[in-house]
Amino acid sequence: MAISSIYSNILNEHNLRPSHRGSTEGATQVLEGVNPSCGDDIFLELRLEEGVIKDASFNGSGCAISQASADMMLDLIVGETKEQALHLIDIFMRMIRGEASEDEIDELDEAGLLKDISHMPARVKCAVLSWRTLKEMLEKED
Amino acid sequence: MRENPYRKDFPIFDNKGIVYLDSAATAQRPYAVLDKERAFYENMNANPLRGLYGISVEATEVYEHARERVAGFIGAASPEEIVFTRNATESLNLVAYSYACSFLEKGDRIVTTIMEHHSNMLPWRLAAEKTGADIVYMLPDKNGKFPAEEISSKITKGTKLVAIGHVSNVLGVTNPVKEIAEAAHGVGALVVLDAAQSVPHIPVNVQELKVDFLAFSGHKLMSPFGIGVLYGRKELLESMPPFLRGGEMIDSVSAEGETFAPVPHKFEAGTVNAAGAAGLEAAIDYIENVGFDFIGETERRLTEILFEEAAAYPYFHILGSEKPEEHSGIVAFTIDGVHPHDVSSILDGDKICIRAGHHCAEPLLRHLGVMSTARASFYLYNTEEDVRFFMEKVKEVRRFLGLGD
Repeated sequence: MAISSIYSNILNEHNLRPSHRGSTEGATQVLEGVNPSCGDDIFLELRLEEGVIKDASFNGSGCAISQASADMMLDLIVGETKEQALHLIDIFMRMIRGEASEDEIDELDEAGLLKDISHMPARVKCAVLSWRTLKEMLEKED
Repeated sequence: MRENPYRKDFPIFDNKGIVYLDSAATAQRPYAVLDKERAFYENMNANPLRGLYGISVEATEVYEHARERVAGFIGAASPEEIVFTRNATESLNLVAYSYACSFLEKGDRIVTTIMEHHSNMLPWRLAAEKTGADIVYMLPDKNGKFPAEEISSKITKGTKLVAIGHVSNVLGVTNPVKEIAEAAHGVGALVVLDAAQSVPHIPVNVQELKVDFLAFSGHKLMSPFGIGVLYGRKELLESMPPFLRGGEMIDSVSAEGETFAPVPHKFEAGTVNAAGAAGLEAAIDYIENVGFDFIGETERRLTEILFEEAAAYPYFHILGSEKPEEHSGIVAFTIDGVHPHDVSSILDGDKICIRAGHHCAEPLLRHLGVMSTARASFYLYNTEEDVRFFMEKVKEVRRFLGLGD
């Protein structure tokens, strides 16, 4: 299967018109994630209140996959508890390695569209950049 | 449309149906090379240089014959000036570790350019760190040209080594090696030429260019992977300590010490890649049969077509010279609003193979103010159909991503 099938209308929509691009008022956590090999970078901002992600945003530059993946992720985790967010990140990472079940992938909603990226090792790092960064932020919080 | 008479010599095109535009990364291999390598393993496979029986002698002869062929191909004075390595990177590291680290001193100057592939930059930085030498970068204009002043103001008294690339793997520009070598020798410096991007495409003669060392990889000129070349002037190679130590590079070893084999074997520790060398010889035969005139003409014509098509598409921007003939068949480009990795992934859907990223030349891209680019590169087997199909599909990338036209 060609990697080009990843570029669905939904992915393009998240890339071109992201709903979470910008900054977060009263952010409690800010972290930059970087893919040195391709120059992608992403700034995540979170407002965490009593263990719940109340609001979140991203900024930065990179390929369509990295940008759309960040936006899809934030769609998914805003309003969730930290534990639930870590659970979803875990599913996403396993999905990328081809190890998640269909039911689990359903939990990821639109981010599940990125499952075929596992066939294209060179692009995996684009898809996981924001997820990896969010995981680091949430784990640091402990 | 003219047929390319050589395309049929490359099995991958029938097997995979690809439009291969990444020859600056590695070339495709013709049957002649594959057959030669296979014939080595089928008929004379034994450890070369040591055996006292028939096929080992044959393996040695094939290996040494390849060395003579390489020497003739690049105009070396003798085969002893040809060291087989794994690739250009290893060749350049050999010079950095063995020559530069041994003979450079604190305050000496190494001059290189900001345009270099990382493999012709990081070894010199290491040598500078180890010896206390200073490293100085010549800066090109946006077309990759060095103003005369840039050369004369950087290659000055105290410069001991000048390391430059012959053809840039990003801009495709050909550097004025003779002029730079003249400036270098004028102040008593040696010249190391990274010829990885030139040897496959243009005639290269080390004596005419007056370079002291030259490095290239076999795989960019259609040989098997894992065989590369270092040319060094004989007296320089003789003055240098070994790079790697072990088998097949010694004369004798006792508990008290060892004496090393004469050049070039002093630099070829361990079992050598004789089949790779045989494949490299076949690749050189193949190139000479095709001829550099055909290679240059094909690359120039395809680059011209690309430039013509690009001129009619406002979102497509080419790095470097506006003249197709100054690109050595290498075209790095950007498309407005689209990350190069997306360009490459989307074109992959049409079996078009191009490179995207920083092309192992990050300092150059920073110097030019771009994060990364896509790159198409041509070689002797590419056709007009390849470049037209590529341009047709590249113009669909923005629409594919929902960016309109």
